[in-house]
Amino acid sequence: MPAIPLPDLTPAWPEMLLAAAAMALLVFGVLRGEGSTRLVSWLSVLALLLALFAELSLGPAPRVGYYGMFVTDAFALFMKSLVLVGSAAAIIMALRYNEDHGVARFEFPVLILLSATGMMVMVSADNLITLYVGLELQSLALYVVAAFERDSERSTEAGLKYFVLGALASGMLLYGASLIYGFTGTTDFAAIAKSLGGAAAPGAGLVIGMVFVVVGLAFKVSAVPFHMWTPDVYEGAPTPVTAFFSVAPKMAAIALFIRFMIAPFGPLLAEWRQIIIFLSIASMVLGAVAAIAQENMKRLMAYSSIGHVGYALIGLAAGTENGIRGVLVYMAIYLFMNVGTFSVILCMRRDGHMVEGISDLAGLSRTRPALALALAIFMFALAGIPPTAGFFAKVYVFLAAIDAKLAWLAVIGVITSVVGAYYYLRIVKTMYFDEPVAPFDRPIGPELKAVLVVTAVVTLFFFLLPGPLVGGAEAAAASLFLR
Amino acid sequence: MTHWPLLSLVTFLPLVGAAFVLAARGEEAVVARNARWIALWTALIDFALSLALWVDFDPHTADFQFVERADWISFGGFKIQYHMGIDGISLFFILLSTLLTLICVVASWESVTSRVKEYMVAFLIQETLMVGMFCALDFILFYMFFEGVLIPMFLIIGVWGGPRRIYAAFKFFLYTLLGSVLMLLAILAVYFQTGTTDITVALHHAFPFALQKWLWLAFFASFAVKVPMWPVHTWLPDAHVEAPTAGSVILAGILLKMGGYGFVRFSLPMFPLASHYFTPLIFSLSAIAVIYTSLVALAQTDMKKLVAYSSIAHMGFVTMGIFAATSEAVAGSIIQMLSHGIVSAALFLVVGVVYDRLHTRDIARYGGLADRMPAYAFVFMAFTLAAVGLPGTSGFVGEFLILLGTFRVSTLECTLAATAMFLGAAYMLYLYRRIIYGAISHPDLRAMLDLSLREKLVFAPLVLVVLWMGVYPESFLRPIRASVDHLVRQVAAANAAAGIREASR
Repeated sequence: MPAIPLPDLTPAWPEMLLAAAAMALLVFGVLRGEGSTRLVSWLSVLALLLALFAELSLGPAPRVGYYGMFVTDAFALFMKSLVLVGSAAAIIMALRYNEDHGVARFEFPVLILLSATGMMVMVSADNLITLYVGLELQSLALYVVAAFERDSERSTEAGLKYFVLGALASGMLLYGASLIYGFTGTTDFAAIAKSLGGAAAPGAGLVIGMVFVVVGLAFKVSAVPFHMWTPDVYEGAPTPVTAFFSVAPKMAAIALFIRFMIAPFGPLLAEWRQIIIFLSIASMVLGAVAAIAQENMKRLMAYSSIGHVGYALIGLAAGTENGIRGVLVYMAIYLFMNVGTFSVILCMRRDGHMVEGISDLAGLSRTRPALALALAIFMFALAGIPPTAGFFAKVYVFLAAIDAKLAWLAVIGVITSVVGAYYYLRIVKTMYFDEPVAPFDRPIGPELKAVLVVTAVVTLFFFLLPGPLVGGAEAAAASLFLR
Repeated sequence: MTHWPLLSLVTFLPLVGAAFVLAARGEEAVVARNARWIALWTALIDFALSLALWVDFDPHTADFQFVERADWISFGGFKIQYHMGIDGISLFFILLSTLLTLICVVASWESVTSRVKEYMVAFLIQETLMVGMFCALDFILFYMFFEGVLIPMFLIIGVWGGPRRIYAAFKFFLYTLLGSVLMLLAILAVYFQTGTTDITVALHHAFPFALQKWLWLAFFASFAVKVPMWPVHTWLPDAHVEAPTAGSVILAGILLKMGGYGFVRFSLPMFPLASHYFTPLIFSLSAIAVIYTSLVALAQTDMKKLVAYSSIAHMGFVTMGIFAATSEAVAGSIIQMLSHGIVSAALFLVVGVVYDRLHTRDIARYGGLADRMPAYAFVFMAFTLAAVGLPGTSGFVGEFLILLGTFRVSTLECTLAATAMFLGAAYMLYLYRRIIYGAISHPDLRAMLDLSLREKLVFAPLVLVVLWMGVYPESFLRPIRASVDHLVRQVAAANAAAGIREASR
């Protein structure tokens, strides 16, 4: 039996660093006890930043490791940066909240680190096995953080719901993966693509397998009709966790979605495009319509996130380099808008209790003008009104849709965005037009304030310097089509 | 020609002023006073700068002037430039924007008492967006300004408006947003046709006819809502009635003009064949608008609503003139838009004067004001006659040129529109009679004070401009002429090439 050579591990060393940091911090936390939470949190942020630098130092050139199961390229670089930034923001945002709610445990940042590791593996997956391993590592950590506020019934319920439905989705995905393996004889993305390269029509089994995987992924990005868990989990989970859910895992899942559709199944564009178009339209419509009746900010943001996934999927439906670039720009901007909105929601405390109703925002422009202005910026951005960043996000996906002869999809997109504008405006209306209710507690923690300022500035002034982000997205999209 | 970035200066100066206003701190009364003065000086300087544009403007060329160009966003061929410039079509709209903002600041001096700081900031930001929109020569830049205007207007109506302000603000926002997003898609399609978002390139690009029709419709959706044309006009009466006086002034004075400007700037030169194809549609809608809304105006009991409906009727003339596509009609449309911008803005201010005193816009609550308010009666008369289109006022010039130009294209349309001029005279004079003449109907009207010095200062420049445009329109027509002639020739040439219209136009 020939000796198996040691695989090339360099592409994965940011992940290894992060995993090692998670273990080390876990041990550190156990030894130092509950009092070390703040320190562990900041060290976790540091670890995430180090991983970010490690990732950046790998550079955009494609590198394959683990016998071709793991790949880093410009695309992975871009999406991992978003995942890491989103995770770091979530840890920072949770600091004060967890302390105030008596759940300031050091496990929280460690779990986020572990889940971030899983997300990074997902982004880099070049093989069905890697895909599943990354997805499960991510998901298991997420189930736990959803139920992190374990004395709260809502939080526990959210965690359990997420777990049951998530396991179902994982099962579907795994079943699909096994079908794909069965019909192509390989789990390697490149090899699958090669087996599809021929002129012969793909077998029905293979297409069914692909559809099952798509269903699993649609669940993870909460695209309609696999979105049922989202509103409940978003509402029930502790607010910083919701903020985390709405960004980092979404980035990773979308990245995986894109890579899975483009790398192994790129040749089957005609087959899967209709599925993506359906998911996209259904998500946009439901996201726009169902959010109208919501009274709870977190629930509203859940429907909003469903809608935004719909817009991002327009780019994927285009299936072109332009389209993928659109999705990437969209997700990056979405990260900032969403983190910003959730940091405002975290500021919604009255007499030491969190409030979440939209009506609690009444008259905010008079009691807290700066906070109201920030939330107004995020709302106009989520609605896609220029000159905010949200406008550019939409422009890029619509551009791709028109380029790919899907103008009618873009028309549906703009119409739902007008419907959606209604509920974002409703929040602006509540803050600016309604009579003030009792003001929120002061002060806002310095960490939260920093997150708020950074996200608001990026969202509002994106148009001044869009180059780095758009350029990065472009390189990332190109790298996906290079291979 | 100066080498200053004059356009950027005019566009962004109000933002600087807004930043200063925002920085005002201290007691509420002090902040309010400072906010008013900063806003006044900003608007004043900005207006003076925009006058410099007029002075330096070269009326002999149809090219864009004061051009500024810089790379802004660029990736993979999708290049967006910061590209500004004006020609004869846009010049006066910029002046109108800066003038009306100035007037609004003065007119709101005393009538706005709550949240003065935010109010002034909203108006200054709005000025930037309006001026920027008329200067922009890149589609994405244009669109950002075009849609960005919705935000301050939404807040102005919603925060400082009347009892049904929230309904009106939402209706205004969502209606116009729906129109503009369709235009956005058309803009993206134009990008794929021309390979650039540069407006100057797109203006001379020959689009295939089948595509022209679709793109024309998408642009139409946006501009028709803004103008507003019948039947998508219903947001306007609501918005006008609920908006504060200054909000109505900007709405009628500038925002409606954005639609007309869009038709002249984009629809006509970019899609000449589709414009010709859809001319019957425009003519029918315009004729319905002028006649129907004039009749509706006749039946109104709310002063603001009456003026709002009259706006729709007047803008019907404008759309008719634009798509008649003769030099006289297009130039007349631009003059009519300017005239209407001044006159309707002034009429809303006129309504605002009595509303400030009696807090009702119900026409039946007034009567015999001539007795107590002679100066007011004079100002009201001046603008009523201008709205009616009496020779010697600005309204006459615009309507006359439009009718003259349209007559050559469609006698029927011209006849219908001319009939509506009679209706216009009816509802305006009827309004005037009920409010100014007759006996003093309610005892509290006796206590009404005539125009204050501040109010006289607001109206004086407007009366002056109305008379100037009426007596010597050449000052305004001269800078417009070269651009309009060029535009009309271009449209005629495109249609002649397609064998549709005779080349003589």
